[in-house]
Amino acid sequence: MAKTTIDITGLASARGTRASLGERIGELPNVASQRTKQLRARIDGAKAVTSVCPYCAVGCSTLAYVDDSGKLLDVEGNPDSPINAGHLCPKGSAIFGMTVNDRRWTTVHYRAPFATEWEEKPLAWALERIAARVKETRDATFVRERDGKRVNHTLGIASLGGATFGIEENYLLGKLMHSLGVVAIENQARI
Amino acid sequence: MFSGWNDETKSYDTSNWNFERNDDGTLRRDETLQHPRCVLNVLRRHFARYTPEMVERVCGTPQKEFLKIAELLARNSGRERTTAFAYAVGWTQHTTGVQFVRTAAILQLLLGNIGRPGGGIMALRGHANIQGATDVPTLYDLLPGYLPMPSALRDEGSLERYLARNTKATGWWANMPKYIISLLKAFYGDAATAENDFCYGYLPQLIGDHSVLPTTFAMKDGTVKGYFVIGQNPGASGQNAELVSSAMERLDWLVNIDFFDNETVSFWHREGADPTKIGTEVFFLPGATVLEKDGTMTQTSRVLQWHDKAIEPIGDSKSDLWYFYDLGKRLKALYADSQDPKDRPILDLAWEYDHEDERERAAGEPSALRVLRELNGFTVADGKQVAGFADLAADGSTACGCWIYSGVCPDETTNHARGRIADARSSPGWGWAWPANRRTLYNRASADPAGNPWSERKKYVWWDAQKREWTGYDVPDFPKAKDPATPARPGASGIDAHSGADPFIMNLDGRGQLFVAGALADAPMPAHYEPLQSVIENPLYAQQSNPLLREWKRDDNRYNRAVDPDYPYVLTTYRITEMSGIMTRYIPWLAELQPEAFCEIDPELAVEKGIANGSYVTISTALGEMEARALVSGRMQPLRIGKGQRVHQIGIPYNYGRMVGFARGDSPGDLIALSTDPNVSIHEAKSLTCSIRPGRRAARAAGSIEAPVPTAQQRAYGAGAPHGIDAGTNR
Repeated sequence: MAKTTIDITGLASARGTRASLGERIGELPNVASQRTKQLRARIDGAKAVTSVCPYCAVGCSTLAYVDDSGKLLDVEGNPDSPINAGHLCPKGSAIFGMTVNDRRWTTVHYRAPFATEWEEKPLAWALERIAARVKETRDATFVRERDGKRVNHTLGIASLGGATFGIEENYLLGKLMHSLGVVAIENQARI
Repeated sequence: MFSGWNDETKSYDTSNWNFERNDDGTLRRDETLQHPRCVLNVLRRHFARYTPEMVERVCGTPQKEFLKIAELLARNSGRERTTAFAYAVGWTQHTTGVQFVRTAAILQLLLGNIGRPGGGIMALRGHANIQGATDVPTLYDLLPGYLPMPSALRDEGSLERYLARNTKATGWWANMPKYIISLLKAFYGDAATAENDFCYGYLPQLIGDHSVLPTTFAMKDGTVKGYFVIGQNPGASGQNAELVSSAMERLDWLVNIDFFDNETVSFWHREGADPTKIGTEVFFLPGATVLEKDGTMTQTSRVLQWHDKAIEPIGDSKSDLWYFYDLGKRLKALYADSQDPKDRPILDLAWEYDHEDERERAAGEPSALRVLRELNGFTVADGKQVAGFADLAADGSTACGCWIYSGVCPDETTNHARGRIADARSSPGWGWAWPANRRTLYNRASADPAGNPWSERKKYVWWDAQKREWTGYDVPDFPKAKDPATPARPGASGIDAHSGADPFIMNLDGRGQLFVAGALADAPMPAHYEPLQSVIENPLYAQQSNPLLREWKRDDNRYNRAVDPDYPYVLTTYRITEMSGIMTRYIPWLAELQPEAFCEIDPELAVEKGIANGSYVTISTALGEMEARALVSGRMQPLRIGKGQRVHQIGIPYNYGRMVGFARGDSPGDLIALSTDPNVSIHEAKSLTCSIRPGRRAARAAGSIEAPVPTAQQRAYGAGAPHGIDAGTNR
């Protein structure tokens, strides 16, 4: 099927090409300097990966530009999208800063009961410990029957969140929680 | 008040809120619209008192403005034109939230704006996958595809009872058994057989309202011991945020997945708290951002859009999928030797999502595509993808994780969510919309009863008399070969009972409903009630606020009284374009644009209170107080409402938190006591009352918040080995 593009911005056709600046603009000479003429966009030649804005529910399409070493260069609006036609709001324009950000916590932080400080911990240690605590709480609070009715649930564990991550992730979380007997499963959709 | 009120149970008997039917089960109709109980006439009588003058008294909207809008809507609706209603949480976050949306449905049905291009009611939802998290729900009362969660309150203890209660004789929900049984096959695989009711008994049963606000109280009162909070920050953005934080002090453990430090995970060292008295064990797991993982999000028009992983997760960060998959595998291992029947659901859980790619698999990475393919569904015998939900069966021969998503991966090689072909109309090649890639629901209504477009200009889906099929610019939301002249067949099952002119296939009778038959707890037709905390008496009824709203009168959840002279101003909340919450507050570009919490007040109030633009003010309610800089703005206007009172409004952006981020400040979550609507447990955060004064609030002194008595578990872990490591794993 032939690909049709809505091009509200007029930029789509130039994307990814080295459109050189001409010597003239209409009837007038182009006064751009040699340096300007030789400048290339940072994303020039980079791989464009199709992604989606993680903020609101409009679902603006984005292009994440990645260089050969796997480094993220920039995130821009996808001009092909019928939803946003290349545009992004201030939040969407700042997606890059959400991922590449030296204030981001990229390690496990652990706070022991009654402790006054965080400690960094190995991931595997935390995962083993969390699984053990889930089992322990579930086993201590699981109820098979209430008032003569089978309920097979635990009210001792609750889960909150879902609207900020994907449908596959929601599915696995729900599937696992339901099978543990957790009923207090909620996300931002009610909030 | 409507008929059927029971003052003892404080609820309505809704059995009389129903349509009159003929002996064959069909609706009684009066084509002349003269019968006094014809729904249109019931509606006319009900809304007779809702005059433009009354609109002005209730809302403060001048009659002239209101009439201008009403005329515009009417003029812009008809054969040649359509009008859309778009709403966000400004409509829903009320103790009457559901009825706001219902009102729009009535208007759009009457104006002929449903199922047509440019029409409809658009929920502008808040988060990137909030629609997806409703379709494939992490919501207590739903299973995927809007199947109800089994409830002991409805005696749904057996599959037979569940099917009897939830399968409808007519309309699309006659197909319900196929969807729940295919879901159980997706959950429990080979273990789910016809003999054991497809493991229906593995699903937990509800015993009440387990939504987030009641759960917060249950946490505070000690019932909830462990809490997962993922990509959400109720410690700042929650209503009654201090209640949320103090409730988390009672937890044995808290697991938080996020990108940044936040008010929820750091609740134990918030202002006024003493960490040495708080026994909760807290885990922060670093999450991968959207750029660091594959997967799908469903945007607000039901369009699924797959995103490719652009870079590897930074540091130890992992996707939520990775964490959930890993936790499931660990729990399966921990329970591996168990003979206890309560552990069977975990042992029988179908949990094979290893990545197709060898390198990813070696890193423990699950495959989002495999999960999406399970959501689409497959034939159990050969594992082949089903083409759509029409292929699903109720005999256990098919498995499907979410029937409305069936068709997104219809064969072994296609992932429609990855489609990126746009066109100038409905772009059916861009992503994939549920159900069956329909971009506009109920689009049969875009043609007249005979199947012809209402106008050339608004042509969308129509009956092709030559080919004898429905066709058009969208996937018809109707049986493809059902002739518009097909008569209704009383007694037939499913949508075969409907005529060829009945577009609303999900409803029992195939028709839109101006009157809601029994489905809502508080009203069959919308009625105006004042918010729980209002500055005026209800001008319409003696009943001040929704008689069924839920409130929690407790010391940690104090309300302003209705029409309380101590709190004379209207308080409302909203969000700003440059901020979301914790996902933006650490981004320098955005922090420069919106660096700090503020509130908007009108110039008249500013003069009256001596508040300078940019100065600090303190806003207070019976629950608590917050400070913010004042933005004196003509955007906020005093209202003349009720008996002619002039009322000032104060608006507060709901984006900030006071502990972390470059952009920070107090949250209106400290002002809002919890209350909910009776239908979906949505809280009221848009229409409240408050007081305001110049100057900053007093800081809470360290240790000023009384910590609860630690639980036995907290004491055991805290006092044992350093960080309680050994005490946990070996028990």
